[in-house]
Amino acid sequence: MIDFGYTISKPRIIDIDRNNMQPSYDLLKEMPELQTCIGCGACTAVCTAGGLTKFNFRKVHTLVRRGEYAGAYEELNKCMMCGKCRLVCPRGINTRAVVMLIKRKLGEL
Amino acid sequence: MKRSSWTEYQKEIADNDYYYARSCIRQNFFPGSEKAFLNIIGKDLGLNIFDDPIHTSCTGIGYHTDIVPLETIMTVVARQFALMGEAGYENFISSCITSFGVYTEILATWEEFPEMEEKTRESLYKATGRQLCKPKNLAHTSDIIFHHREQIARQAKHRLVNAYTGEPLKVVEHIGCHYAKLFPKSGIGGSEFPYVLAGMVESWGGEIIDYPERRHCCGFGFRNYLVQANRGYSIANSHRKLESMAPYKPDFIVSNCPGCAMFLDKWQYTIAEMEGKVYGQNGRGIPVLTYEEMAGLVLGYDPWELGMQMHQVDVEPLLDKIGVEYDPAAKYLGRDGKYIGRPEAAVVNSCSQNAFLNIKK
Repeated sequence: MIDFGYTISKPRIIDIDRNNMQPSYDLLKEMPELQTCIGCGACTAVCTAGGLTKFNFRKVHTLVRRGEYAGAYEELNKCMMCGKCRLVCPRGINTRAVVMLIKRKLGEL
Repeated sequence: MKRSSWTEYQKEIADNDYYYARSCIRQNFFPGSEKAFLNIIGKDLGLNIFDDPIHTSCTGIGYHTDIVPLETIMTVVARQFALMGEAGYENFISSCITSFGVYTEILATWEEFPEMEEKTRESLYKATGRQLCKPKNLAHTSDIIFHHREQIARQAKHRLVNAYTGEPLKVVEHIGCHYAKLFPKSGIGGSEFPYVLAGMVESWGGEIIDYPERRHCCGFGFRNYLVQANRGYSIANSHRKLESMAPYKPDFIVSNCPGCAMFLDKWQYTIAEMEGKVYGQNGRGIPVLTYEEMAGLVLGYDPWELGMQMHQVDVEPLLDKIGVEYDPAAKYLGRDGKYIGRPEAAVVNSCSQNAFLNIKK
């Protein structure tokens, strides 16, 4: 192939119509309270791992809910399970359990 | 919103007596188009048009890449307008979409900020001794063809109809962003319902494809393309458009912007080299035409006289569909029958005519 010095940039569109939404729906079945998340980002603001790495729980959760699973499992490995996110969640969601649940579901894929 | 919403965006277009400002890059990409425009307006339609040899580039590319300051481009543009006045014209028409955007933007700026117009008048007089003469009417050359499209249709030797099946040719039209996205009122149909090319296609027998990414930018964007490392972003835009239009099986693409026509044509080669993917039928590319080339074919011009041998994607399959007669052996013969060289064969530009040429060679 000719080396043009650049490649075609991949689109960054989340296409829910094409994504496999089943694992995301399965998550909601087990933890329906996830539907109450308002995406405030408090979990990410207090995150211990997020203070040391680029780990962003809100982002990972949002992507997984929209059927974007690539790299999510590896990203969640950065979580230290400290639980501060659970303490600040205004909706009282058990975010530690969410981390474990997403990892379990994605591990099954 | 209705399909007829474009009718809300109309502009006044002069009927005759045009001062013609050329593009600085079109002569390289589509070298026959500007000459074809002059012939169509001057000879076929019998109108008065002045091709001034002493006007310059509008410096729009330098302006949009932050090299040429606003005050400088305003003075350059003021000189173009002054030349128009000196030649005795008041209808300024621009061959380039970028230039058209620049002229529109500057006239609007002078309207909003008269002190900038005064400063430009002063700069122009100090630099050249000329007096600014603002045009009574400003239009892009595609507006002019659109304005006279019905007369062209009456003189047509070919229509945009498939000669084999009798069906209208399916056409993708692409409007340059600087035509109407800067100032929607400056374009026919505005930015949402562009009709300037669609009107020509419909008048000449073709059918417009309304595909999802019809209004998406081709990706030129000046600084997106000029820096090599950014070209992945530039090509991704054309890639997106081509992916979106391909399922509708267009017979050709027509554009009114020098950069768009060039990129939609040339990127097809790059994408084919990178991903092995082509978007046209029969495993080839989709031919890309300028509106002057399209009008020229309708009026019976020779495709090689229109400069269509300079396209990346071969146009012969399209010419056959329209029923245009051409001499395959004359494709790479320039003026005086001199051989001008030919491109290396690639998947998007290896039509059957090339095999013919190879045998002859």
